[in-house]
Amino acid sequence: MSSILELKNLSFIYGIKTPFEKKAVDNVSLSINKGEFIGIIGHTGSGKSTLIQMLNGLIKPTEGQVLFNGEDIWQNPKDIRKIRFKVGMVFQYPEYQLFEETVYKDIAFGPTNMGKTVQETDAAVKKAAEFTGLNFNLLQKSPFDLSGGEKRRAAIAGVIAMDPEVLVLDEPTAGLDPVGREVLLSQIVQYHKKRKNTVILVSHSMEDIARVADKIIVMSKSRLVMFDKTREVFSRGRELEKIGLRVPQITKIMLELKECGYDLPSSVLTVDEAFSALSSLLKKEGKIW
Amino acid sequence: MVRDVAFGQYFSEKSVIHRLDPRAKILLLIAYLVIIFCTFNYFSLLIVTIFTVLMIMLSGVSPKFYFKSLKVIIFIVIITSVLNLFYGTGEPLWQWGVLKITLNGINRAVFVTVRIVCLIIASSCLTFTTSPTELTDAIERLMKPLNKIHFPVHEIAMMMSLALRFVPTLLEETDKIMAAQKARGADMDSGNLIARAKALIPILIPLFVSAFRRAYDIATAMECRCYRGGSGRTKMKSIHMSMRDAVAFVLTALMILGVILCNLFITAVI
Repeated sequence: MSSILELKNLSFIYGIKTPFEKKAVDNVSLSINKGEFIGIIGHTGSGKSTLIQMLNGLIKPTEGQVLFNGEDIWQNPKDIRKIRFKVGMVFQYPEYQLFEETVYKDIAFGPTNMGKTVQETDAAVKKAAEFTGLNFNLLQKSPFDLSGGEKRRAAIAGVIAMDPEVLVLDEPTAGLDPVGREVLLSQIVQYHKKRKNTVILVSHSMEDIARVADKIIVMSKSRLVMFDKTREVFSRGRELEKIGLRVPQITKIMLELKECGYDLPSSVLTVDEAFSALSSLLKKEGKIW
Repeated sequence: MVRDVAFGQYFSEKSVIHRLDPRAKILLLIAYLVIIFCTFNYFSLLIVTIFTVLMIMLSGVSPKFYFKSLKVIIFIVIITSVLNLFYGTGEPLWQWGVLKITLNGINRAVFVTVRIVCLIIASSCLTFTTSPTELTDAIERLMKPLNKIHFPVHEIAMMMSLALRFVPTLLEETDKIMAAQKARGADMDSGNLIARAKALIPILIPLFVSAFRRAYDIATAMECRCYRGGSGRTKMKSIHMSMRDAVAFVLTALMILGVILCNLFITAVI
């Protein structure tokens, strides 16, 4: 598989040469393959947000390079806008960026900036609305008349409408009710499956990450501490706890049972997996048939 | 960005000037601002300058930040001093067409430069050493007599402190919204004036919406805590004048006296 995004010794320092100087990202190197679903976890202030803002050139790294399809995105600083169409970024609470008269126009903002024709824009808006499950009759409404969940969808649709090759989402489910979270997350999974695009998801919910991500980036104190397959990362539950992160609840229960001496796999990610692991153990011991 | 401006920042230290009563600081600043425009010869200017240097040293804030706050107004200083340079009266020392430089012009340029620099340093000294809360508190107390003519002193002070409180929040919000719109390809750095003005719409509208939302939130939060305006309201931290403030008043009075004496006995140069 070819890598779509490659970070080489990436560092970023805030407020350089002032008393408030702070290293937000420290020497991060990694490579993300085309079509992967990547999760990013880390404490508040661990450098996740700064890291993702360097992926689409909103922040220029102090040191190191970001390679998109093998090319340094800052090679030609005047063309940085083009990268932003290829690496779509959905910020935290994206509904606060809505500004147009109608939802339709707001979703069309990105495609229009790309210089697409009216027909192309129309097709992109409709497709994005469909992907995010936004009802078509909402498109002609003012974005400020929508409900919280609908606003969130509209804002995410505004990024998806640019048809980015990489979609980065910073805690897209924050502040939604449980049903809303569930629906939005499964829509993101559907989007990933259908478009076969790369998706990068920042989340504080380990359960969500465990369910959807192929690989996980773990950030702590501005540094990259782990970058591995989801199962590998969560099998190192004790290390994660040391840097103040959790593992999914079910993973933790199974890890503790294992530490008590039961013969169980070390990284169980979902309740279903736990059920089959436990029932086969019980069968082996002759407790159930 | 906007945040790099040092002017108006507060540095939490424990210096003598930090511990002065904020009311005293405001009154002394006003007196000082009047007196720097009453300096008419180099001796009085020197007294004011020494006083200013003393102030910087006592404030416990590194002179670096005073220089930083001067950076903002450097162009104003240059333009006004160059203008004054050519506006002097008397015998020209140098002439080129209508442009002429006189001794009086040079003096004027020096005075205007020193005055503006001192003015900015002294005002910075106030904001560097006084937290916004203290500042509005002091203004409220100083304006209290205006209550007699039904001027809403408390309300004005409350509005001021709320506005100050939200400056950093709104700056942060602007940064976030700008990043989000840039991520959707908003182009803010190119095009003609009209295109650039139009490019601000995607930033200003969300900013206004969120400012209103915050205003409603804070109004509700204040009502929940039974805020009913200023009448009968007590302060958690009441401010008192102390010996320290008396010393500050005396020092400033001596400085003013010095300036007046210099003006009386030495001829004016401007």
